[in-house]
Amino acid sequence: MTHPFQSLFLNSTRRNLLLGMGFSLLLTACSSGSSADQKLTLTGSSTVAPLIGEIAKRYEAENPGIRIDVQTGGSSRGLADASQGLADIGMISRGLKAEEEGEFQGFVIAKDGIGLIVHGDNPVQAISDQQVVDIYKGEVDAWQAVGGNNAPITVVNKAEGRSTLELFLKYFELENSEVQADVVIGDNQQGIKTVAGNPNALGYVSIGAAEYDIAQGSPIKLLPVDKIAATTETVQDGSFPLSRPLTLVVTEPPMGLTQDFINFAQSEQVHDIVRAQNFVPVSSSLAQTQSEATAN
Amino acid sequence: MAAIAATLLLWIACFVVAEAWPAIAQVGISSFVADTSWNPTEGLYNLWPMLVGTLLVSLGAVSLAIPLGLGSAVFCQFYAPPLLASLYRRLIELLAGIPSVVYGFWGLVTLVPLIGKLHPPGPSLLAGVIILALMILPTIALTADASFEQVPPSYRQGTEALGFSRWGMVWRVMLPAARSGLGTGVVLATGRALGETMAVLMVCGNVVQVPDSLFAPVRTLTANIALEMAYALDLHRSALFVSGVVLLALVAGLIALAEIVFGREAVP
Repeated sequence: MTHPFQSLFLNSTRRNLLLGMGFSLLLTACSSGSSADQKLTLTGSSTVAPLIGEIAKRYEAENPGIRIDVQTGGSSRGLADASQGLADIGMISRGLKAEEEGEFQGFVIAKDGIGLIVHGDNPVQAISDQQVVDIYKGEVDAWQAVGGNNAPITVVNKAEGRSTLELFLKYFELENSEVQADVVIGDNQQGIKTVAGNPNALGYVSIGAAEYDIAQGSPIKLLPVDKIAATTETVQDGSFPLSRPLTLVVTEPPMGLTQDFINFAQSEQVHDIVRAQNFVPVSSSLAQTQSEATAN
Repeated sequence: MAAIAATLLLWIACFVVAEAWPAIAQVGISSFVADTSWNPTEGLYNLWPMLVGTLLVSLGAVSLAIPLGLGSAVFCQFYAPPLLASLYRRLIELLAGIPSVVYGFWGLVTLVPLIGKLHPPGPSLLAGVIILALMILPTIALTADASFEQVPPSYRQGTEALGFSRWGMVWRVMLPAARSGLGTGVVLATGRALGETMAVLMVCGNVVQVPDSLFAPVRTLTANIALEMAYALDLHRSALFVSGVVLLALVAGLIALAEIVFGREAVP
């Protein structure tokens, strides 16, 4: 009963983690091998994939006999796979660039906005982009330097690889190795709980997630970016600067199943899914034009 | 059954090493301790601060949990009246059954703000040590309780006949007699502390650095895997499997050590 070797078997947290990795690999291998009457393959951004996964589930439920395979691998894989015909549709967490417009056609299915959050008791109402950069580089480390209390700033950053981090760094022209963080968080909820529990914290999370938690009474507030209020409305109308469109891309004008699925993903039938994942829905009439507007 | 378990375990180990291989081959082992930082998307792969973080959090938690756990087992076995001891035992078992994410959540909304008031920012090595100590306390308390139970009653009767004080009996006779079982409990608890993920991820702050104080945030190897695995590609992903290999090696080392210290002794 007390042989030390047992610790290897009883240490369940790590064992489950590794087993989970093994099995998920096995499952991926199996799912890509099975066939159905009609099949649609989407690959690309890890930001878009969970959303499309949920949309695909609903689409499959409404259209028996159709199977939709969603795989992640980053926006660049989405474009590459769509271009080589390995996937019917690519998923990217940005708009199409001007030089990509010739080869691809983009369809925006939702938008994602990132807002700066502070504790509700923090008297600071706005900070400039330059101040954000200085704070994240560690050159400014006290709130009184930006018009707040006499207190040290707790800088909350996101873990490596998250697309929220990428968008944040890109907008503020930072390298992650320059950031002097006090706390590194995983998902939005952890970020919101961290800021809600620390009156001196500054963090950034998905605006949809922050608005939901504020409505639930969480003591945080969203700060404007570049004088534009951080709300789902400003994200939706495109005026909020720290946002991006989640886009489906195809190489040829969509037909048949591909077209039907894109229409479904842009329709109001999936707006509840979009909101549940903390993204901002766009109406389908706007989608095509916004795709062009954000191509820069 | 044992063969199945062993094969599965071996298969997992091979899988982890195979997944880690591209990073080891292309980046080189020296990069994992010599690079300037952990920024895998910029090609920097220093795991050293996270290895230190894992060891510090685990050692801190174990050294806090050993006196508490032993104390509670001693209280249960030798001091408390039977009814209270039985109630107390149920309580400890309940503590063992709470999922780690609940500990983590409690730590995030209660413990971390408390530490933050004492010494900002709050998420810290100390928070991780306290949460982990709470989580492994039942393992130590229950195994210690069980090993005291297994000490032959004649030992106790003997000490009573010789007129030992109660503390003298515990300290001079019971602790040495139950030594092997107590050691195993500590090894089990240390293994759990090294492998714990969710709770430390939520309270430790996860900044990749060698902490300079108890109030500085740290990231453990397990938290690193959980934070980044879902979003990692190619070499970054492979580098995370290197974290997994390091963890496996750490636990294997721990077991080897335990084997040397306790291996040849018969269980009472």
